[in-house]
Amino acid sequence: MPGPDNHQLRSATISVLVDNESGVLARVIGLFSGRGYNIDSLTVAPVDDARGQSRINVVTSGTEMVIEQIKAQLERLVPVHRVADLTREGAHVAREMALVKVLGTGDARVESLRIADSFRARVVDTTIESFVFELTGATDKLDAFIELMRPLGLAEVSRTGVAAIARGSRTI
Amino acid sequence: MSAEAMQSGAEVLLRALKDQGVDVVFGYPGGAVLPIYDAIFNQNAIRHILVRHEQGAVHAAEGYARSTGKVGVVLVTSGPGATNAVTGLLDALMDSVPVVCLTGQVPTHLIGNDAFQEADTTGITRPATKHNYLVKRSADLARVVHEAFYVARSGRPGPVLIDLPKDILIGRAPYTPPVTAHATYRPRTEPDPVQLRRAAAMLKAAKRPVVYVGGGVVNAGPDASAALTRFVRETGFPCTNTLMGLGTFPASDPQFLGMLGMHGTYEANLAMHGADVLLAIGARFDDRVTGRLAAFCPDARKIHIDIDPSSINKTVPVDVAIVGDAGRAIAGLAAAWAEDAAPVDRAALATWWRQIDEWRAKDCLRFTQDMTPGAIIKPQYAIRRLHEFTRAQAKDVFITTEVGQHQMWAAQHFGFERPNRWMTSGGLGTMGYGLPAAMGVQVAHPDALVIDIAGEASVLMNIQEMGTLAQYRLPVKVFILNNQYMGMIRQWQELLHGSRYSESYSNALPDFVKLADAFHATGLRAETVDQLDDVIREMLASPRAVIADIAVDPKENCFPMIPSGAAHNEMILGPEHEDEARGITDEGLVLV
Ligand SMILES: Cc1cc2nc3c(=O)[nH]c(=O)nc-3n(C[C@H](O)[C@H](O)[C@H](O)COP(=O)(O)OP(=O)(O)OC[C@H]3O[C@@H](n4cnc5c(N)ncnc54)[C@H](O)[C@@H]3O)c2cc1C
Ligand SMILES: Cc1ncc(C[n+]2csc(CCOP(=O)(O)OP(=O)(O)O)c2C)c(N)n1
Ligand SMILES: [Mg+2]
Repeated sequence: MPGPDNHQLRSATISVLVDNESGVLARVIGLFSGRGYNIDSLTVAPVDDARGQSRINVVTSGTEMVIEQIKAQLERLVPVHRVADLTREGAHVAREMALVKVLGTGDARVESLRIADSFRARVVDTTIESFVFELTGATDKLDAFIELMRPLGLAEVSRTGVAAIARGSRTI
Repeated sequence: MSAEAMQSGAEVLLRALKDQGVDVVFGYPGGAVLPIYDAIFNQNAIRHILVRHEQGAVHAAEGYARSTGKVGVVLVTSGPGATNAVTGLLDALMDSVPVVCLTGQVPTHLIGNDAFQEADTTGITRPATKHNYLVKRSADLARVVHEAFYVARSGRPGPVLIDLPKDILIGRAPYTPPVTAHATYRPRTEPDPVQLRRAAAMLKAAKRPVVYVGGGVVNAGPDASAALTRFVRETGFPCTNTLMGLGTFPASDPQFLGMLGMHGTYEANLAMHGADVLLAIGARFDDRVTGRLAAFCPDARKIHIDIDPSSINKTVPVDVAIVGDAGRAIAGLAAAWAEDAAPVDRAALATWWRQIDEWRAKDCLRFTQDMTPGAIIKPQYAIRRLHEFTRAQAKDVFITTEVGQHQMWAAQHFGFERPNRWMTSGGLGTMGYGLPAAMGVQVAHPDALVIDIAGEASVLMNIQEMGTLAQYRLPVKVFILNNQYMGMIRQWQELLHGSRYSESYSNALPDFVKLADAFHATGLRAETVDQLDDVIREMLASPRAVIADIAVDPKENCFPMIPSGAAHNEMILGPEHEDEARGITDEGLVLV
């Protein structure tokens, strides 16, 4: 057992493989809200149509004891196949995508495009007074980009939440 | 598909129930489930008990389940039928009772339309069940029913609900036989032998051990209790039970310390506080048991056996975690204990028992009953007398309770020698549980003596089930400790809120003797101590349902008590022991 009397908070990226049945997302979300666990990010999509399975990625935070409890609670849900604590089980890659709308003209517009370029964001829509940038990366990179856009006419943000997977040959 | 394989959904449902070994269903009809009632009408394999309120159906199924080890089955209609069942479902979830609840639903094409008696039943009951299903295709029906039974009884048992749209019940459906495995839900039952050896070594080295046993050992079946009893006797260790675990270790055994926790005994709680090794089996470190967590078993290394990994390290970190069925784990532990060559520290154990005997000598459950004729009855005395009379009976005795002081006095003063004989609402603390639960027990054990030890306030919450007792001639005995108060509330108000008895007086009570009469039962009353034995005798001799209204001391409080937020060694012992009620902190006041 990992040091349970550790009161430090840690972040955990947890992937859950579930049967793709109605209500399964409500079960997972209800578990988090009902028991007062944090959800910092949540994504869900089917990943295996043949087996009818979806993958839920949750980024949460808590003490070691709480995170162990979250995993145990998830594991005992009936439609859950597997729970992987990607943060604990080894190196992993976590990415999310954001669509960022920036309104502006003149210098601010030019500056937003310059910054987007340095972040390797793509322009996916443009009008004379607006851009929609598409940016993929780690959460903090997206956060930084959005902060930089704020004074330059940031108007709207849509983010996917985190998708995560273990590095190397390990699978869930 | 053959014609036989394509019966109506309702017929398929009943066939699946039969193949699951169901012999009785507790239910209440309504529009959405009429096809099921029609199918019930045409068969004899399954008996239907018509309750008077859907909550009663679930508690009855709980009583049935907990007294037999089988899955209890409930059948209710959509909308209000389903919502009335919710309290019972949550009760079963909190106390790990296997129940399958069938609810009617509006036809699939009307779902989401605010149709008549439509409720989002799976949505409402998701946090009140272990799992639930909405059957949307006839092809899934039989599989879902079998799966529901598997989930309800496997691992940590609990309630499972199946929501059945009316078109699914009417339409043709194929039948598939029961399943014994599941693709995703496969709880671990076999304990890890390495952990068992570690646990055995830790126990061998113990100087001040305590075995703390909970309801999980009841769930594991009577053999687990027998194995526990053998193991505890083999080790010579002291053993305490939670409220839910009573009966797993014989109350009359000298190694039994009584119940622990908020209203546990002085010796059990102080032994927990002083222990150097704690063996927890099928117990979930509930806040009623631990008291202030920071001060819980401060010196003990802890071993925890539980079938549900989420029960382990939930609130109390443990040193050895053993996931598995209690029965198998106890057997494995006993074997590991026998194989471990290390000797037991007999001298340390003897010192430990001397200490425990000193605590025992306090006689913390002591009370004084004035025996002069006309004297008021002490509730503890009433339970002791009831226990003595029932012990002399040839019949098997089952006790249920409502919730409150009477429940705690029953736990403290009625000795349980065997598992499955004690049915109480522990986790949810549902007033109104005891009468319907007793009804379910009596249905399962027609020849047994089934007694609901009740409070006058709680019993009114499901009093309508007296009608069910009459209809099926179920001779349940309702033994009311009538203190004219919501005593448990009154006690907290006295101790924590300056004796301001806000709304806790049981005003305008019915005449329980007449009430019994109105429900075709026998009503008896004892007002003074000299009348008590006769009333108990008459109650036990009656072949009918009985309400015995026992007037008890309205001022009596239930001690010992660990106030909210206090530690095991900060118990209040009560007036018999003339100690000071310790101050309760603000932190404690917010706790329930
Ligand atoms: C007014 C009131 C006062 C109360 N005061 C007290 C008190 O003083 N003392 C007290 O003890 N309780 C008291 N309670 C009850 C308390 O609230 C809890 O319900 C109770 O303590 C829980 O008992 P338990 O730990 O045995 O767990 P249960 O709720 O019985 O849970 C069983 C545990 O065993 C596990 N399990 C299930 N099946 C198996 C298996 N086959 N093998 C292994 N493990 C299994 C489960 O996963 C779970 O962890 C009170 C309740 C009320 C209403
Ligand atoms: C449904 C429900 N409502 C409220 C409570 C809170 N409560 C706990 S004990 C109690 C009083 C019970 O009174 P009674 O049945 O007379 O038992 P006594 O404590 O007097 O023995 C109340 C109101 C509860 N446990 N359940
Ligand atoms: Mg009362």
